[in-house]
Amino acid sequence: MSEFFQQLINGLAIGAIYALIALGYTMVYGILRFINFAHGDVFMLGAFAGYFLSPVVNRFLPAQSYAGGAVVLVLAMAICALIGMLIEFLAYRPLRNRPKLTVLITAIGVSLFIEYTCQHDAVFKAAPRKFPELIPFTNWHLGGLVLNTNQVIVFVTTMLLLVALTVVVQKTKVGTAMRAVSFNEQAAALMGVNINRIISFTFGLGSALAAAGGILFAMNYASIDPLMGVQTGLKAFVAAVLGGIGNLPGAALGGLLLGVVETFAGGIPGLSNYRDGIAFGVLILILLFRPAGLLGKLQTEKV
Amino acid sequence: MDNAAKRFLFAAVALAVIVSLCSSYFNRYYLGVAIDVGINVILAVSLNLINGHTGQFSLGHAGFMAVGGYTTAKFALLLQGQLPPWAQPLIFVAGLLLGGSMAAVAGLAVGVPTLRLKGDYLAIVTLGFGEIIRVIFQTTEAFGAATGLTGIPHWTNFAWTWSCAALTVFVVACLVNSTYGRGFIAVHDDEVAAGAMGINPVRYKITAFVIGAFFAGVAGGLYAHHKQFLSPGGFDFLKSIDIVVMVILGGMGRTVGVIIAAVLLTILPEALRGFAGYRMILYSLLIIILMLTRPQGLFTFGRAAQRKV
Repeated sequence: MSEFFQQLINGLAIGAIYALIALGYTMVYGILRFINFAHGDVFMLGAFAGYFLSPVVNRFLPAQSYAGGAVVLVLAMAICALIGMLIEFLAYRPLRNRPKLTVLITAIGVSLFIEYTCQHDAVFKAAPRKFPELIPFTNWHLGGLVLNTNQVIVFVTTMLLLVALTVVVQKTKVGTAMRAVSFNEQAAALMGVNINRIISFTFGLGSALAAAGGILFAMNYASIDPLMGVQTGLKAFVAAVLGGIGNLPGAALGGLLLGVVETFAGGIPGLSNYRDGIAFGVLILILLFRPAGLLGKLQTEKV
Repeated sequence: MDNAAKRFLFAAVALAVIVSLCSSYFNRYYLGVAIDVGINVILAVSLNLINGHTGQFSLGHAGFMAVGGYTTAKFALLLQGQLPPWAQPLIFVAGLLLGGSMAAVAGLAVGVPTLRLKGDYLAIVTLGFGEIIRVIFQTTEAFGAATGLTGIPHWTNFAWTWSCAALTVFVVACLVNSTYGRGFIAVHDDEVAAGAMGINPVRYKITAFVIGAFFAGVAGGLYAHHKQFLSPGGFDFLKSIDIVVMVILGGMGRTVGVIIAAVLLTILPEALRGFAGYRMILYSLLIIILMLTRPQGLFTFGRAAQRKV
């Protein structure tokens, strides 16, 4: 029984990270209706931003302190928010009214560009690096369960960010505008919403969440490399589809569910080798039986 | 099937055989690149049937290639020692057909459940299928698991590759230009309207997937006997992207353009070996710039206006 709860904790920890990334996919899809393939790479850039920021921050704040970790996290989120807005401005904005496939292919191109540039010897190099410990590490034993500080930080940070996101989207003016653009872009423009600014903001918000996901991921797995965003990004996208793409609570739920399913399936002896395939199996099943996702509403196509 | 097309097929096969007979006079490296080009032409033209003519965005073509490659190679490895040497071309052809058929079955398995999806959803699901196929090969001991399949006989030569390439071009061109094949273009242009005209979009989409996958499987078989080594990593998402880029660069649904693009994109990386570090960065920039400036493809002239009636 304790093994079951242990797996559940591990699954929820990775699921929370998927959830953070999935939110970015879902927000962009809700507004622009396309898959931002480069999102997984923003997640990777977030982790690298943390890697390079940590020594800088440690000059002012003691190493391995909660305050230092928080500063690194916030700065990395800010940097990635800017990168996300820059990607949107340079690559996606000129294609705003083109066919969706054109944008999709551009997104794949942007993703490859980030990956190959970062793998180059003059940038991050292809070899994995060890991520510094941002916070003091302890293991807590609760009955038969082991819970470490990083996992707790993942839960706490994810919860705080989810609450913050909900407040931004539901209570603020810019959030209302985001929902309006997602509902009907033209009508929102007629009501005086600056579409470009809102889309830019959405990219910034999503990228900041991805950066937070990147740092939390790196804290848990201790190793980062320029291709870490590929598989994780794809899985987070699956999580977004699982919850119902365009639906914010759905993305969070989908992320947690996917993390738990993957961890449990990975624990079954015969299935553990197929771990990377499981997310895609889930994707295919969900699209077969409930294409709109768990919390999404099915829209009929109008001719 | 008009006569010009048949003449093209015979001429191409004859040319391939003649060049192949003289292959001892050519530099082995260039010959190898020429075979790579042929394999990529098969892949690009077959993907063009799915992505270009039928308008179904598939990102899993490398998966079909893997199915064909592993089937052909395993078949050859099983039978190689048991039959006399004169039977070798027979084993090869049978292996290629078997590989193609297995890939076609995989295409059917992918096509049927994904039919209701469109655009980027279809893209991500085919990507998922491609990854699943790769993970299966990566974990199956009979197929060499993560280390790959080694010791595959070197049977692919110029004649086989380019005859298969000519056959692919012939089949796809004849299919699309036939009365039946107009349905692919109708499904591409407007699925709902095509359905209203009595065309069954579901059937056309499945047909495109199955035929496209078959030729990808054949290409995989040729690739296996060319490189003599298969590893699951060679059939990842990036290989699918490579093929997609060929189709886009050539112009969706333009067979000639796609062939030119496949040739160029195979030779360019070889020519750019000196800039190895920057090669892939340039490649990804090429995709972005192409999409920003010329999304209809580089080698598309004339027919664009005609299409927009």
